[in-house]
Parts: sequence; structure tokens; C-alpha cells
Amino acid sequence: MLEGLIGGLFNGISIGAVLLIVALGLAIVFGLMGVINLAHGELMMFGAYTTFVVQNAAKSMGGIAPDLYIFAALPLAFLVAALLGLLLERTVIRYLYGRPLETLLATWGVSLILIQFIRSVSWPMVIGLVVFAALFFVGRWVLTRYTDWDRISSWANPVFLGLSGAIAALTWFLTQSSGSAQFARPWFGARNVDVTPPSWLRGGITLGNTLQFPSARLFIIALTIICLAAVYWFLNGTAWGLRIRSVTQNRGMSACLGIPTGQVDAITFALGSGLAGIAGFAVTLLGSVGPNLGGNYIVDAFMVVVVGGVGKLVGSIVAAMVIGITTYLLGSGTMALLFPPSDFFQPIIGFFTFFATTSMAKVLVFALIIAFLQVRPAGLFPPKGRSVEL
Amino acid sequence: MTTTLPAPALQDPMTAPMLEVSGLNFYYGESHILRDVSMTIPKGQMVCLIGRNGVGKTTMLKNIMGVLRSRTGEIRFEGQVVNGFSPDRRARMGIGYVPQGREVIPRLTVRENLIIGQEALGSRGKVQKEVPEEIYELFPVLKTMLDRMGGDLSGGQQQQLAIARAIMGQPKLLVLDEPTEGIQPSIILDIEAAVKKIVKTTGISVLLVEQHLHFVRQADYYYAMQRGTIVANGPTSELTNDVIQEFLAV
Repeated sequence: MLEGLIGGLFNGISIGAVLLIVALGLAIVFGLMGVINLAHGELMMFGAYTTFVVQNAAKSMGGIAPDLYIFAALPLAFLVAALLGLLLERTVIRYLYGRPLETLLATWGVSLILIQFIRSVSWPMVIGLVVFAALFFVGRWVLTRYTDWDRISSWANPVFLGLSGAIAALTWFLTQSSGSAQFARPWFGARNVDVTPPSWLRGGITLGNTLQFPSARLFIIALTIICLAAVYWFLNGTAWGLRIRSVTQNRGMSACLGIPTGQVDAITFALGSGLAGIAGFAVTLLGSVGPNLGGNYIVDAFMVVVVGGVGKLVGSIVAAMVIGITTYLLGSGTMALLFPPSDFFQPIIGFFTFFATTSMAKVLVFALIIAFLQVRPAGLFPPKGRSVEL
Repeated sequence: MTTTLPAPALQDPMTAPMLEVSGLNFYYGESHILRDVSMTIPKGQMVCLIGRNGVGKTTMLKNIMGVLRSRTGEIRFEGQVVNGFSPDRRARMGIGYVPQGREVIPRLTVRENLIIGQEALGSRGKVQKEVPEEIYELFPVLKTMLDRMGGDLSGGQQQQLAIARAIMGQPKLLVLDEPTEGIQPSIILDIEAAVKKIVKTTGISVLLVEQHLHFVRQADYYYAMQRGTIVANGPTSELTNDVIQEFLAV
């Protein structure tokens, strides 16, 4: 009985840890900044694919590299996702602050682009993109230096865009058709790829007769705790954290205090995106990696942030754990075992047995969350006190 | 009674006035809010902008801070044209802003609210980890509530915090927008005394928008505004009851 309880609790916490690490980046981007970033899951996916690439590189190196690759993959996944997030913020989102509906549509579009990019990215495509960037940006830079750019920009911009686009497309087409099949093949393709955890994360720790703690799950729990501590320290213990908290609460006044709000936005968004990358890294330990990976997690992540109370880190933690444990207890059928098998309890046992599958448990959890949000629309930890009314 | 301040011949940072606004025109959409406003704030002086509600005083301050951008006209800070600069850049140049409604950051503690005021130092000074003692001498009440949330303070305490926060950035020009609005009389006197003390000890310039007559009289110069234009100005000593009746009384 005790072993069962501990085992159930562990499994619930490990589901909660995955939820939490996925939701952590969103808690910053959505919770603090108020940006609804539907491409958050795709940033995760990029983190996962970064891990895949690093793993392949480690495999080809041989030796002990395949056992240690995750220590290179972790920072790289963070960096790749953070840079991609930075690019997204600078080019799209910063023009849409305070306009949630437009942000929602734009980031959804970006998420579709990113999914298709992963499916079809190949050497010819990368060469085409590099050619485009070189022609367009370098060409424009040269023109701004040597001509009266302000005067000609109205027609020069579209002309440049069209010209460099056409040349880039031609380069793509030519390299695609002339190169070898090996060269022109997509890097990842549309199918799922597998990331094998290093050997020391494949086993588990066994306690007693039946208790099994898989190493990968323990690793994710530890990683979640470390990430939480790091985020907490960054937000509450550093000068940039103070700036972030100030800007997210009152952008206009923060600017009047001398805080460069644009920079703060970029850093906050990059941090949230980087955490999505780490989440992507973490979920590679649990299953295969595919272009649609983001979609599987984004709903759960939003759910955690909303149930926890938007803008509250501690709310996300509690919400992730409660949802994780509830999901496990319902899905594994543990709830049905709590009642003595008498005729009186039969309907309740039947009820819990009915919901004792992963998908049905999710249905019940969603129903519970909807009911919960009717009672407490602001989530578990709504902000309190006089400051709320201001 | 309309006497213009002596215009500086040179735009040298040493001799230029702290702030010089000339020919400022501002529109909200199609409505013309500020019409050809010009004003000068000399170094180390306190200038008060008076006028009834809705004549454009706050709009004027927001233009100086860069929160709003004027269509035409020039704003010079220490001789440098700042029209195109963002609010955060102007703050780092040395304009400290205490807006109407205080705008204390609600979910930061009082200490954090004060520390973040140092953002305006930019490259002009060194950021300190602790709040200097002078701040508590000006506003003793803040010392007792350092760990309270800024948003949980009363209106008067928030006002004192907002002024202290601006002072933390060691501004050269302090812009105060109705610091006594909606605040109980005893605290109005505290705030007034603190602002006077700040001007005396630090020698900074102050631009004050105020309805409270006693506070207005503390200033060196006044500008009176009506329907978006400056209609009168001069030393505050010349501010007679007639003028006040005309421009201030509702």
C-alpha cells in the first residue's frame, strides 16, 4: 500500500515536472509579459531537434561522447531556442505588444512556418536562405551608406526584396536539381526521429520489490528544480530581473525611469524561449521527436499557467504538480483501488475505472479545470491587496 | 505683467538653461492641444506651471518626458535637442519624472522601487545596492515600510515614494505633476518641505504643475496656461491674487 502510494506520487510528480518545465518558459512569456505565443511549442521542438543534432554529432565522434552529449545539448538547446525567440520578438512580436489577437494570429502563423521548416529544411534550402539574406541585407546596407536611402526606400525596398528573393529561389532550385540525392535530401523529414538517452539515463533505481524510479524521470525532476531555482534567482536576485519585473508591471513608467524597455522585452522573451528549448531537450528523454512535438505540449503549458494564476511563478509550480498527480491517479486507476470492493461503492469504482485511461483521465482533468476556473477565474494564486485595484 | 525670461545667447551646456521649450505644437489626432508653447527653466530654479484642469499641463510634461511626441517645436535639455529621444534616454540624461497618479510599480517592494530609480543614472553615476540615508531624511516614512509592496501604500506614501524614486536617479531636472493631488493636508506640507529641501541641497531645477496655492508660491517663476497656450509668466512674487483668480481658481 505504502509502496503503491509512493510509486503513484513519484509518477505524478514526474508528470508534473514535465508539465512544469514546459510551462516555465510560458509562465514568463505569457504570465509576465502577457504575450500569447502560440509558437512556444515550436521553440520547444527546435530545442528537441538541437538535442537530436548534438546526439548525432556525438555518435559520430564515438568514445565517451554519446554518454556525455546531453551536457552539450542542454546549453545548445537553450541557446538555439533563445536566439530564435529573440529573432521572433525583434521581427514580429515587438510590433504587436498590447494587441493579443494579432499576436495570437501572427505567432500561430510563425508556428506553422517553423513546423514546415523542420520538415523540409535541406542544404539547398539553407543555401537559398543564406543567399537571400546576403543579397537583401548586405545590398540594403551598401545602399544606405552610399545613397540617399530615405528618398529611394519607397521603391528600393520592394525591388530589392523581389530581386534577392528571385535569385535566392533560383539558387535553391539549381542546387536542388543539380546536387546529389544525398545532398538535396531534407535533414529531418516529416517523420519522427529518435533521440537515445545516454546509457546512464536508461536504467532506473529500484527500491524494495516493486518500486522503480526511472533515471530519465529523476533527471527531469532534478532539471526542473534547477531551472526553477535559476529562474527565481534571475528574476529576484539580479538587476535585469528587477528591470523585467518593473517593465512587465508598468511599461510606460519604467521607460520614464530610464529603463530601456525594448532591451528588457527582448531579454525576457529570449529567456522564456530558451526555457522552451530546455523543455524540448527534456522531453527527448521521454519519447521520439517530431515536427508536431510542440502541439502536444502547448495546451498543457497554457493550462498550467492559467490554473496557477497568470503572472505567478509559484502558482505554476503548484498547478503543474496538482494536474500531474491528478492525471496520474486517475489515469492509472489508483482511485478505484481506494474504495473497498463492496456493492455500496460499486458505482464510484465503476466511475473511476471508466476514466482510468490516459485520454479519459485527460478529459476528466479538463472538466475539473473548467469547473475550477468557474469558481476561481483568476487561478490558484490571484494577486491580492490594494495594488491589484490600481 | 508679462515679462519674458532673458534668452540665452549661446547653446553651450554650461550656460544654456536646463530646459528650453520653443514653439511646441501638439495634437491628439485632429485636436490641437498645445499651441506654440515656449518656456524656459533656468538652472537651479523652480518653475511652476499653473492653469485649470484640461488646459494641457500634463500633456506639456509628457512632451518634455518624451511619452508624447509633438508635431512641431523644439525641446532642448542643457542645450541639446531631445525631440527624437525616447523617454528612457531622456531619463538617463537627467530628467526625473513624477507623473500624475504616482505610478509606483505595484508589485515591487518599496526598496525595489527605490533601487530601480537608479536606472536613470545611466553612465552618470554608480549604482548602489542600498538606499542612501538622505532619502530617509527627506521621507522618514519610507524607512519603516521598505519591505511592503509599493502598491499597498497609501496615496500620500506612494507620492513620497515616487518623488524619492526620482531623486534616486540624481536628476538635473525634476518634473512633478500635481504632487499634492488627492493627498491629506499634513502630508502635503511634508512633500512641500521635501521638495524645497531637495532644491536647496542639490541645486537641481524643478518643473512643477500644481493647484495647491501655498506650494505654487514656493516656485521662483510661474507660467500660466490657458487652452494650450502660455498666457502669462513672471516671477512668482508678482503672482497677484488677480492672476490666480484668472488662471487657477475654478
